[in-house]
Amino acid sequence: MRLTVNGETREYTGDPAQPLLWYLRDELALTGTKFGCGISACGACTVHVDGAPVTACVTPMSTLDGKTVVTIEGLSEAGDHPVQKAWADANVPQCGYCQSGQIMAAAALLKRKPRPTERDIDDAMTGVICRCGTYTRIREAIRRAAGLEATAAGGR
Amino acid sequence: MTTSPWLRRGEVVPLERREFVKRMAATGLLLAIGLNSVSCARGDDADDPAARNDPHLWLKIGDDGVVTIVVHRSEMGQGIRTGLAMALADELEADWSTVRIEQAIGDAKYGSQNTDGSSSIRNDAWMPLRHAGASARRMLETAAAAEWGVPVGEVKGVNGEVVHAASNRKASYGSLAKKASALPVPTDVPLKTPDQYRFIGKTVASLDLNAMITGKAKFAQDMSMPGMRIAVIARPPVYGSKVENFDAAAALAVPGVVKVVEVPSSPISSGYKPLGGVAVIATGTWAAIEGRRKLDITWSASPNDSYDSVEYRKELEASVRAPGNLVRTLGDADAAIAGAAKKVTAEYYIPHLAHAPMEPPAALASFANGKCEVWACTQDPQSAQGTVAGILDIKPDRVTVNVTFLGGAFGRKSKPDFAAEAAWLSKEIAAPVKVVWTREDDLQNGYPHTISMQRLEAGLDANGKIVGWTHRIASPPIGSTFELNQDFHSEGELALGITDMPYAIPNVRVEVCKAPAHSRIGWYRSVSNIPHAFAVGCFMDELAQAAGKDPVAFLIESLGGDRVIDMTATGAVKKVDNYGASWANHPNDTARHRRVLETVARESGWGTALPHGEGRGVAVHRSFLTYVACVVRVKVVSDGTVSVPRVDIAMDCGYAVHPDRVRSQCEGAVVMGLSNTMLSELTYARGRVVQTNLADYKVMRMAGAPKEIRVHLVASGGPIGGVGEPGVPPVGAAFANAVAAAGRARVRTLPRVG
Repeated sequence: MRLTVNGETREYTGDPAQPLLWYLRDELALTGTKFGCGISACGACTVHVDGAPVTACVTPMSTLDGKTVVTIEGLSEAGDHPVQKAWADANVPQCGYCQSGQIMAAAALLKRKPRPTERDIDDAMTGVICRCGTYTRIREAIRRAAGLEATAAGGR
Repeated sequence: MTTSPWLRRGEVVPLERREFVKRMAATGLLLAIGLNSVSCARGDDADDPAARNDPHLWLKIGDDGVVTIVVHRSEMGQGIRTGLAMALADELEADWSTVRIEQAIGDAKYGSQNTDGSSSIRNDAWMPLRHAGASARRMLETAAAAEWGVPVGEVKGVNGEVVHAASNRKASYGSLAKKASALPVPTDVPLKTPDQYRFIGKTVASLDLNAMITGKAKFAQDMSMPGMRIAVIARPPVYGSKVENFDAAAALAVPGVVKVVEVPSSPISSGYKPLGGVAVIATGTWAAIEGRRKLDITWSASPNDSYDSVEYRKELEASVRAPGNLVRTLGDADAAIAGAAKKVTAEYYIPHLAHAPMEPPAALASFANGKCEVWACTQDPQSAQGTVAGILDIKPDRVTVNVTFLGGAFGRKSKPDFAAEAAWLSKEIAAPVKVVWTREDDLQNGYPHTISMQRLEAGLDANGKIVGWTHRIASPPIGSTFELNQDFHSEGELALGITDMPYAIPNVRVEVCKAPAHSRIGWYRSVSNIPHAFAVGCFMDELAQAAGKDPVAFLIESLGGDRVIDMTATGAVKKVDNYGASWANHPNDTARHRRVLETVARESGWGTALPHGEGRGVAVHRSFLTYVACVVRVKVVSDGTVSVPRVDIAMDCGYAVHPDRVRSQCEGAVVMGLSNTMLSELTYARGRVVQTNLADYKVMRMAGAPKEIRVHLVASGGPIGGVGEPGVPPVGAAFANAVAAAGRARVRTLPRVG
């Protein structure tokens, strides 16, 4: 089978049951996509498949023939996607581990809904756990990236 | 770039220190970290701390002007790499754009590297980096002055250059570094005063920010090296159990699985040693996980086979309803309560909690030629070094521990069992091995936070003043993980919010009651302050209600006026620990309690009307030498479901070295405190952890998190306290008190689900 990862065409001949997560991390060394739970409960492995946010840990390779996968490494060339810039402005990350998943989920949300409501943000982001608790800053960064007025929620 | 020899690799640590570290590692006494012998591990070291002011230890300046600062503490979200670099760079007068970080390997020459106890800055822990920066600046100035033939007093290091204003001459640090590094190190350079700070106390962009938002930051789970194998281990499901026999045939049939190896188990009180089990070694992580699923293992019986944590609560209840061992007695609490106008009694229960850092533990180890190199997400590379050396039976100096980024830690990654597993397996199979813990492993084989039951009783006089107070606690101690027959909460644990309680009550009695452990017990962000602050904070609110007083006013009144509490006169049976600091330098100061309370009350709109079904609750707590007050606002709908629209938190940590990161720690502490209070519960049945993953072990998510968290830093100018942990403890009680204020039943059992 054949798929595109961050713009490059790849042949895959391995175990069709292997989740995309381990193909990315172990075989392509794209370790920006994180392992947090393995059952789609934490969202740390969120990537885009044909533009939609998908948890790579439960996405078997067999479902990806002809698909286009974008990971955090492929979101922008220079780390300057509007969501990444907003993340930097709000100084969102603490430990950083979940942030790839958060950014990929937020980028997919804004692509689908450039001016999200609070409810949209809750719905799109609640699958991605941040144990450090950066949620108020994530919300603030998404609003910034969307050009919405900052709320008082940022904690600052 | 060529590098001048700022970084001397020579030995600067006196023998006593090395002996001490070795001894601690050998005996497992590193449990002291969180607790009793805190002072050993937290800055009051036996060796000469002045040796650690040497810039050669911390600093390299390349001839290209790049300033590389060695950071010896682990980055786990608190921003410490940037914070410590700011401290040195400020005194050095570095150009911030030239500053880079090098993560130190584990080495006693840096002093304690134990990133635990909110201890990286407080209690003067950051001073060596400041002195190093100041001394290096003077050496650069001296080198420039010599070159120009002018008195050193006429030149000045400013933003990466030495400047001689009179002759309008400038020389970059890079051009001076080589000469400067050969000069003697001055030890008398005055440090900057706060008005001279350029980075300290300001908000500086995190040096790791870009790596974290582009996926480039390398965590232990991300490490790899040529020839590396992945190991996933089936560990004993019950603490104290071990492999009886196993069948690996099906596992070995999984493509990619190369070997199945039994890992030796460690008996109960296993400390930092691996639990043992069966390791599946594979060429990839997926194959290792699949292989492990196909193992057929028979586990031996364990004395903990019948542990049921829900049933155990009854045992703890019975324990706190009978007298325990006396740890503090002042006046006559029983008589005072018997003669009081009003009497209030309450019991508070908190279940086990799991750290659940987003990155499950992982370590890569490569053993060859009698030496072992490890890459681990460890909070303490020195204890990892000692533990790995112990398991391999080699000298610690044959073990190099590299610290990766830590994807969350919260105390879990202070325990280096996972690094020891990787090291042992690497030696066993003669190849580099990365041990990957899955989320199931993390929840089921971790070092959970203790389970606890507390019973408080107090009497109020006719004016609503507390005249007598008793507090009993039954909670398996952390010490049980390291030593047999440790069934009582230790003095060190009690000093985290019970024996250091600030209220001016004339008659107090505190007792510890028996509570044997049935699992490993570990420290978890803010440790025993979680149950203690919850019980004391809730009980004070219940007393305020009984007294018919406003909770904020009642708390301030009960502090008994502004004073420094004489901690030798509290009736404590043993000396009360102060997070490893002296009470003289870091007194228990009721004025600081009062100020954070007043601040949070003012900023949260305390006392103003709320819609029906809403309520505010308050709590205050001192921990890790820092004072925090919190107001939680809840909204309860008709079916009893609680949400938290807003939290205000006021922190007085004396001085905020990196204010934005202090704020972010407070924001995170609120979210974790609410997880602990509203959602999280790790239970055991038949000795096994019931929860399997983040679908059933609940933590706060975006939709349930407060939309507003307002952080209020109180700049008291007091001595610097910790930051990472102190935000957590008051959150639980403030939440519970808010639920009561909203007209609902008092929350005395956590989590308050729904």
